[in-house]
Amino acid sequence: MDNRVVITGLGICAPNGIGLKAFCGAMTDGVSGIRFRPELARLRFSCQIAGKPEVTESHLNRYFSPLQLRGMNASGLVYGAIAGTDAWKDAGLPMAEKERPDWDSGIIFGTGILGADKFRESILAIDQGNVRRLGSTAVMQVMASGISAYLGGILGSGNQVTTNSSACTTGTEGVLMGYDRIRAGKAKRMLVGSCSDSGPYIWAGFDSMRILPSKYNDRPMEASRPMSATAAGFVPGSGAGALVLESLESAKARGAHIYAEVLGGTVNSGGQRGTGSMTAPNGEAVVRCIDSALRVSGVLASEIDAINGHLTATGKDAFEVANWCTALGRSGSDFPFINSFKSLVGHCLAAAGSIECVAAVLQLSEGKVFGNRNSEDLHPEIGALVSREKVPQRTMAVAPKTVIKASFGFGDVNACVIFRAFND
Amino acid sequence: MSTERYAILKKIIAVYLPEDVAVDRITDSSHFIDELNINSANLVDIVLDVEDAFDITLENEDMDQMQTVSDALGIIDRKISSK
Repeated sequence: MDNRVVITGLGICAPNGIGLKAFCGAMTDGVSGIRFRPELARLRFSCQIAGKPEVTESHLNRYFSPLQLRGMNASGLVYGAIAGTDAWKDAGLPMAEKERPDWDSGIIFGTGILGADKFRESILAIDQGNVRRLGSTAVMQVMASGISAYLGGILGSGNQVTTNSSACTTGTEGVLMGYDRIRAGKAKRMLVGSCSDSGPYIWAGFDSMRILPSKYNDRPMEASRPMSATAAGFVPGSGAGALVLESLESAKARGAHIYAEVLGGTVNSGGQRGTGSMTAPNGEAVVRCIDSALRVSGVLASEIDAINGHLTATGKDAFEVANWCTALGRSGSDFPFINSFKSLVGHCLAAAGSIECVAAVLQLSEGKVFGNRNSEDLHPEIGALVSREKVPQRTMAVAPKTVIKASFGFGDVNACVIFRAFND
Repeated sequence: MSTERYAILKKIIAVYLPEDVAVDRITDSSHFIDELNINSANLVDIVLDVEDAFDITLENEDMDQMQTVSDALGIIDRKISSK
């Protein structure tokens, strides 16, 4: 089988916008979703700012029944259910009827840790000898696959329903897993995406590693500075992104709107060898991942119009740009546009890949390359590799045709995917 | 049977009804699982809500005997009177 795979639905629950319209507007206008978080200050975090979707009571009532909301204390599950349900509806697909699952539709929805707040609530009850007071939802709110299980019930999916987990590559890896499944003819439609909880229990470990910015607590919107000379660490984020992948045949048969095509991609690992470690990427593995993504997609490096990098706003940004230059064999004014969406949403960890894939695809459908907020003082090492105008500070109406997106994660794991504006 | 307790219990149960079961289907003889189609996992939550609402504690044996709405009312009455 050699099915072409297209994107027919998008859903988003991001720190700077819930729902496609709000999110796309925020990305276009460079609106930051990063805020001061009093709970982090109270807990004496060094970094007291974060990106967190502004989910309101009215969102909750729109997406969940009163029963589903009882005892709900898993923010990632909430974000994932909102993004996943929205993507499915955006694709114009129905929920399966009551007695019969949709055998041709599956779900790969990843996460890192799910329901940390619920787990804490349970631990406190358990330690007080109150096991019997946990209730019936403690398990599904804290099991990693709770999010795919939850969405599976809402949609009635009868194909593979699972959760992948590969740190900050999770969302991008999920796109490729869904792509592979449709391409192999094992499913017609796959809802892919990822979610990440909010809150101190998720972010504390990173704060303790001292890789988060501590000097921007009074200027949260300036804190996330990918590719900047004054980048001081990544701002923790949270949320969820979701994409409906579909065989071209299925999409055409039902006259679906097509946002873009997934041309292919690669996942690999640097094996924590060479420059690679648990927390740092092996540059050769990154280059191989990008190079392989081009080859399997049948795309020439010269055809890439825009790169959406991982670019977290740490000291590793210049190394990443150097790896892109090597892999593409392009630099200076010949380099494609490059951006990082983390300046606006922070680093959404397990949700980063999916949120950024949604935004990367929106660039194709909207004919834009989103700007890089807080990049006014471009890092000199990056400036030596690529021309300043290739790192746009503001959104540009340049209608990219082919966009490449990469995500890298703890464990020295990489994922790279290529999207193209749809052309029959 | 206390109508006040019945009303409180009915309100608790209503949250757990599947979408296609209307609240007025709840009668004192209704079987939670067979008639009201309540997910058996949610019986645990009904018990917790009952405990909170009436300030009582149900034992595992009480839960096993709690098949219908009137079973539940009987258990609630017994627990309250032995407080």
